[in-house]
Amino acid sequence: MKDKFKKWLYGDEDLLENISDTVEEHDAPREVLKEEKRRLDSDIVRHPVTKSIEGAEKKGMKALYTVTAVISCIALIGILLYIVARLPLYGQENVRADEVIRRYIEDGLQETGAVNIVSGMILDYRAFDTLGESHVLFTALICVTILLRIDSRNMRTDYEDYYTIRQDRYFDISGDSVLSRVGLFLIPCILVFGIYVLLNGQLSPGGGFSGGAVMGAGLILFSSAFGFFTVDRFFTLKLSNRITFVALSFYSFAKGYVFFMGANGLDSHVPKGVPGAILSGGLILPLDVAVGMVVACTMFGFYSLFRRGSIGGPK
Amino acid sequence: MELTVIFRGILLILLIVCAVCVNLTGSLLRAVVIFMSYSSIMCILWILMESPDLAITEAAVGAGVSGILFLVTLKKVREENEPDPADAKKDEKTGSVSGKAPR
Amino acid sequence: MISTLLNNSEEVVAIILFGIGFTMLLFHRNLIRKLIGMNIMDTGTFLFLASMGYITGRKAPIVVNGVQEMKAYINPVPAGLVLTGIVVSVSVTAVMLSLTIRLYKRYHTLNLDDIYAMSKHDMEDR
Repeated sequence: MKDKFKKWLYGDEDLLENISDTVEEHDAPREVLKEEKRRLDSDIVRHPVTKSIEGAEKKGMKALYTVTAVISCIALIGILLYIVARLPLYGQENVRADEVIRRYIEDGLQETGAVNIVSGMILDYRAFDTLGESHVLFTALICVTILLRIDSRNMRTDYEDYYTIRQDRYFDISGDSVLSRVGLFLIPCILVFGIYVLLNGQLSPGGGFSGGAVMGAGLILFSSAFGFFTVDRFFTLKLSNRITFVALSFYSFAKGYVFFMGANGLDSHVPKGVPGAILSGGLILPLDVAVGMVVACTMFGFYSLFRRGSIGGPK
Repeated sequence: MELTVIFRGILLILLIVCAVCVNLTGSLLRAVVIFMSYSSIMCILWILMESPDLAITEAAVGAGVSGILFLVTLKKVREENEPDPADAKKDEKTGSVSGKAPR
Repeated sequence: MISTLLNNSEEVVAIILFGIGFTMLLFHRNLIRKLIGMNIMDTGTFLFLASMGYITGRKAPIVVNGVQEMKAYINPVPAGLVLTGIVVSVSVTAVMLSLTIRLYKRYHTLNLDDIYAMSKHDMEDR
């Protein structure tokens, strides 16, 4: 009876039997090279000369460092708590910054056409901040590409463990039954929800960043469940570059001149529409789509670069 | 005491407990998982403060993308447990090299 | 003073989180724990900033039923600032983690003191 229950609980076959995302390592020379390098490095740290130079400093300095760190942390928290005690009470309205908030709330719907005041604020009144922030995301993607990209030229020279790199790049995980069955149901829901949040940025909570992040997370789940070769069919490096370029240049041309005009933008002749419809808000909807595309490509690009060293596929 | 005040107080105390637990665990994998739950509690706090944009963004980015990046880094570095300083002292006496903690 | 601190409980918790993150930066030697500490500092700052905008009894800043008075909605400005901050925080975390991976591939350890000692040895060799 107990055996039958166990058989029902754990199943007849071993689900984890044929799945692994690491190739068995049985090449001796590479292993020796790694071990030797590791031994050389650890020998340097434990060498008596290094220890004596660093050690003498360490012994005297370590106690001083601990004491100073504890004192500075307690002082920081103490000073900040003292300042919090002198702040106005939580939940009261702030009567000093009245004019700006009055303009945003009372004239926001007529001037921007957006029902969501926060969205209208960051994409119409303060559009230059959002422009800078999209460029911050793009710069971070470039930095991670510089540090982590592996292509055929530096695969053999920069890294010693060639076989680990190769197994990350070429070997693909697939056939995991739990992830693929759950993914078949969840991934369309997540992507559709992301597009919904993106397009409804000016009508309900959401906007460019939220929708883009949800879409990026959906793409990450897709590549985890079905393997990288499936994603490579539609998401290549060229596509990612072109999307990012078109989105960022469109945003820059639309709102870049605001820096010189003292935040009084020119009237873009896109109609504002009826507040409450999807095609409303003037330029807010195209800018939302641009920001969402950049965020989605960046989030998936981070994951792809960390996992296997390139955004598209191996060349 | 209203119910919302009690609920908010419990959530704030849970935040501090999560942050302290991240400090004290020995295993890096556990620290990353507790960090993801800390981010989810933060998401509920944003809703209680009437900012739903921040809630969606924090849920997708903090518990989603940022936590996954930490986990992928741990996979590449292959150090789910923090290397014990006691192991290093043992290696000094025997003269061998260990790069990983025992599983 | 104690009653003000008890009333501003969110801001007190935000500052305690900032302090916890700061101590994680100073006291741990593992690189990944330092990064988690930096993230906790970031979220503490966002909690402090967004709790400045909340006003009791008012609703989220989405226009409902055409009501457009200032006395019906919370302050929308801090929410916009925090939205930018969350995305910048994830970008900085991604760059720091890729630096950690490169450091590990060169020195095979995540301990900052050992990395410092080995790198000094490298520089003297040149």
